Amino acid sequence: MIDLFLRSVLEENLALSFFLGICTFLAVSKRVSTAMGLGIALIAVQVITVPANHLIFRVFLIEGAWRWAGLPEVDLTFLKLICFIGVIAATVQILEMALNRFLPGLHRTLGIFLPLITVNCAILGGSLFTVERDYNFAESVVYALGSGTGWALAIVAFAAIRERLRYADIPQGVRGLGIAFIVTGLMSMGFSAFVGMGSP
Amino acid sequence: MRHQSLHRLTEPIIDQNPITRQILGICSALAVTTSMATALTMSVALTVVLTSSSIIISMIRGHLPSSIRLVMQITIIASLVIVVDQLLKAYLFELSQRLSIFVGLIVTNCVVLGRAEGFAMHHPPWQSFMDGLGNGLGYSLILLMVAAIRELAGTGELFGYVIFRTTEAGGAFVPFELMLLAPSAFFIIGGLIWLIRSIRPRQVDPVEFPLCPHSSGGNS
Repeated sequence: MIDLFLRSVLEENLALSFFLGICTFLAVSKRVSTAMGLGIALIAVQVITVPANHLIFRVFLIEGAWRWAGLPEVDLTFLKLICFIGVIAATVQILEMALNRFLPGLHRTLGIFLPLITVNCAILGGSLFTVERDYNFAESVVYALGSGTGWALAIVAFAAIRERLRYADIPQGVRGLGIAFIVTGLMSMGFSAFVGMGSP
Repeated sequence: MRHQSLHRLTEPIIDQNPITRQILGICSALAVTTSMATALTMSVALTVVLTSSSIIISMIRGHLPSSIRLVMQITIIASLVIVVDQLLKAYLFELSQRLSIFVGLIVTNCVVLGRAEGFAMHHPPWQSFMDGLGNGLGYSLILLMVAAIRELAGTGELFGYVIFRTTEAGGAFVPFELMLLAPSAFFIIGGLIWLIRSIRPRQVDPVEFPLCPHSSGGNS
């Protein structure tokens, strides 16, 4: 379990080695505080949706799930995309309403990031990975926590570097977007040094 | 009119390229660029989804209440992606295994939703078709360029055909293995952006903190 957690945080970092959620990663990383907010929101959504999607897949969609109803050969796995995206959108909406009702302070800080998360590939990617790699329920919870933390870690570190970069004298053509890509590449190389840390 | 719709097609290919200019759709793009075959499949899949979703959304744009439009758009896109995914599984099973989850991730690809929301909602079907096709081609162009560089430098092959014989096979080419790992894709895209912006300087981001013009270094 700890092994899986470490691996999903460092070695198989969603943003840096699978390129998931890079759009948001590049767009919302100009300041550390906003990056932190987005990171926390992402961890929360990830921890709720990945296990939920996992349960839905196991209970309703997997081949033979409808055996009890006398339909043993029904295989609904092709519906997984549409179900997962529905669950994610619904979770984000409910979370937003719940935060607004019970924790208005937190809602003000995280509120603007929640809608962005619906179309963040890291969330959908996390759900699809748990299905593809056949994780059980406990593993999917750990994986969700790990991959969310890894993404948050990457974006906060990247935002911190970018805050410094604004004072740097960068060649004209790479200024802004170009240097952001190159820095991400360097960070990704740095994270690849963690390979093998989880397994003793 | 004809000129204008042609313009819609050509503009996104370099000037308004979805990847290098609008920073859209990089998420699922880079992971499939280790070989030309996967990149080409991904490009075709995305272009098909993008073009058809643009047409469909543009046709029903008058009937969509704005409060549920995002949900409807995502549902339409997801259904199209499922169709493409099933087709790939049926006819190109090995490639679809190598693409693993990334065909599914076209659903959350920002290019598709971005064009649906930003263009197809306000334009008639024919123009949306041109815009979708143009953006799909622009996306494919970058994807194929990155894939060509990575596959050629990483393994000495293109589409699996040997171009340079590696030292292991008795040739003189030493594969540059970093190219097969994740970081290289970021470097190549960074380099491409540099290239495009050197040719088209007006795309350059403005400076936030300009240097003093005549600062002579330190307090001398």
